[in-house]
Amino acid sequence: MSSRDSILKAIAANRPLAQPLPLIDLSMVSRPVDPLESFRTVLGNIGAATVLLSSVDELSAELADARDQGLRVINLVAGAGAMDAVDPAAEASSLEDVDIACLSGTICVAENGAIWVPEQNMGNRLLPFICTQLMLVVDRADIVATMHHAYATIDAFAEGFGAFIAGPSKTADIEQSLVIGAHGAKGLTVYII
Amino acid sequence: MKTMTHAAAAEVFNQDAARTRWHDETLWFVRQKRDRAAQTLPEWETLRSWASQIKDHTLSHLDEYLSEFERNALANGVQVHWAADAAEHNRIIHEIISRHGIRRMVKSKSMLTEECGLNEYLHEQGIEVIDTDLGERIVQLRHEHPSHIVLPAIHLKREDVSETFHEHLHTEAGNHDPQYLTEAARLHLRERFVAAELAITGVNFAIAETGGFVVCTNEGNADMGAHAARVHIACMGFEKIIPKAEHLGVFLRLLARSATGQPVTTYNSHFKKSLPGREMHIVIVDNSRSRQLGREDFRNSLKCIRCGACFNTCPVYRRSGGHSYHTAVAGPIGSILTPNLDMRAHADLPFASTLCGSCTNVCPVKIDIHDQLWKWRQVLAAEGHVSWTKRVSMQMAAFVLSRPGLYRLAGRMGRGVLKTMPWLAEHRWNPWSKSRALPEPPAESFRDWYLRNRKS
Ligand code: SF4
Repeated sequence: MSSRDSILKAIAANRPLAQPLPLIDLSMVSRPVDPLESFRTVLGNIGAATVLLSSVDELSAELADARDQGLRVINLVAGAGAMDAVDPAAEASSLEDVDIACLSGTICVAENGAIWVPEQNMGNRLLPFICTQLMLVVDRADIVATMHHAYATIDAFAEGFGAFIAGPSKTADIEQSLVIGAHGAKGLTVYII
Repeated sequence: MKTMTHAAAAEVFNQDAARTRWHDETLWFVRQKRDRAAQTLPEWETLRSWASQIKDHTLSHLDEYLSEFERNALANGVQVHWAADAAEHNRIIHEIISRHGIRRMVKSKSMLTEECGLNEYLHEQGIEVIDTDLGERIVQLRHEHPSHIVLPAIHLKREDVSETFHEHLHTEAGNHDPQYLTEAARLHLRERFVAAELAITGVNFAIAETGGFVVCTNEGNADMGAHAARVHIACMGFEKIIPKAEHLGVFLRLLARSATGQPVTTYNSHFKKSLPGREMHIVIVDNSRSRQLGREDFRNSLKCIRCGACFNTCPVYRRSGGHSYHTAVAGPIGSILTPNLDMRAHADLPFASTLCGSCTNVCPVKIDIHDQLWKWRQVLAAEGHVSWTKRVSMQMAAFVLSRPGLYRLAGRMGRGVLKTMPWLAEHRWNPWSKSRALPEPPAESFRDWYLRNRKS
């Protein structure tokens, strides 16, 4: 018998009596009184900056400035100035010097600061992780209360890949002292339109 | 070399009193962060019940969910492998590496690959895997193993890390700044990520309904590896399966809060398909889990989501360090999982507990950890895996405790001895008097007091 069949057979023989799935009743779930406020506060606590914008166009000047300073910018957000093309198949070696990646997030979670970034908004799967500074542009109408609400809104496996990103990369592996900037982006700024 | 028992290894750990105190306090601090995070959610207990029930349900239909997961993953173009034991898991991975002639590979945190001894196995085949989680990289450079499933290098101080990095990464001698040391590791591992041809990751949750899986990290190392390399191998124990994506809402709310007190991990990556021209593999591992599933008293240890909360709260873990447990998964949960792997080798671990129940109270999936520790003791005694000193002293205790007259006499004698001849109790043969002062004996027993004060 293959390992597959013997494992499944052993499980079938040993599994407990059927137990029901619980009903996830969202009326039992607490919601932040002011979702925008909660989203911003939590992001601040986890090392990210937030900026309120009235229009995405306000980012154009900032990105143009960064380019003028010689920084490598990849902007995939329409309306935020010049847009860049990025090959989904591009190798890490061609992306490791990206200073700023500016991408659109979709659903934002008020309780924990997480932002859903689907693959099609990343350009390349590595980009949100390999860039030094990540900028995520989100719409305040897309803020939901909790992760339950987020999963009810998105189809998390519609594409080949997608991620909830909450803050810049961090570690506390040396004596539990928090260091921002482990392997992923060293900074995250969230622009809320 | 014979492995030291938990008690013997803990004794060695405790020789450095200052470090033991630091270890104890640091983990307690993490436990307090967990408490604060849990207390911000009025529905915390409801979440725990949901998580527990989802896992109970899943275990009771596990073969069906695994088949569904496999079917969907295959339809997504993912290659699915099944490993009956650690050796098969290691062989499958080695085979993929050799088939592609791969030289450079990175691995993010996976306690399963620790359990299977993957690094050692590949090393014997002349293949080096670079661990990329900062804590895991530190212990790898020191030829050690993680001492905690979430905080792999919690047994080390910054000076230790500084020395290790000075030796291997040529950082400045004597620079102990965590920021500086982390930056050095970032630069060192960046090169490895960019050059990686193959990446191995663990799996936090595998979703039957979609054939996809979720990997959670704070550092971003799983993503850096998995998206840089041509080949991604994700390894999972078969209990990582959950039915639907919506259940992730429950587990992701609990996991990071229980682990470190964060509201959620930084990166929660949902993998479904590889890019065209690349490969994604999933290795589903049994390694005695199906046997544990059949043990009625112990099966719900398979609900564990590896948050580490039971470690951080455990008074024995905090004061004995993870390496004392001589297993890949230490702490209270390790002590109920590993006797299933090898009863004789791990017979000491269910005794490395005070049975205080704190682990059970914090566990986000409501595993009755301390009850299972107690039940393992019965099984181990019945199977003859308990030393005669422990057996005889337990039998003596049972003999006295079941005879009220004898119990009262023994109590009177004990109080007398503590009052008049305390050296009879506080000596090196009584392990209870190590780093503890015996209390002042009360003048009378509760029974005598009660009889005297009882209103007639
Ligand atoms: S047993 Fe419970 S508390 Fe311990 S690591 Fe597993 S899920 Fe966390």
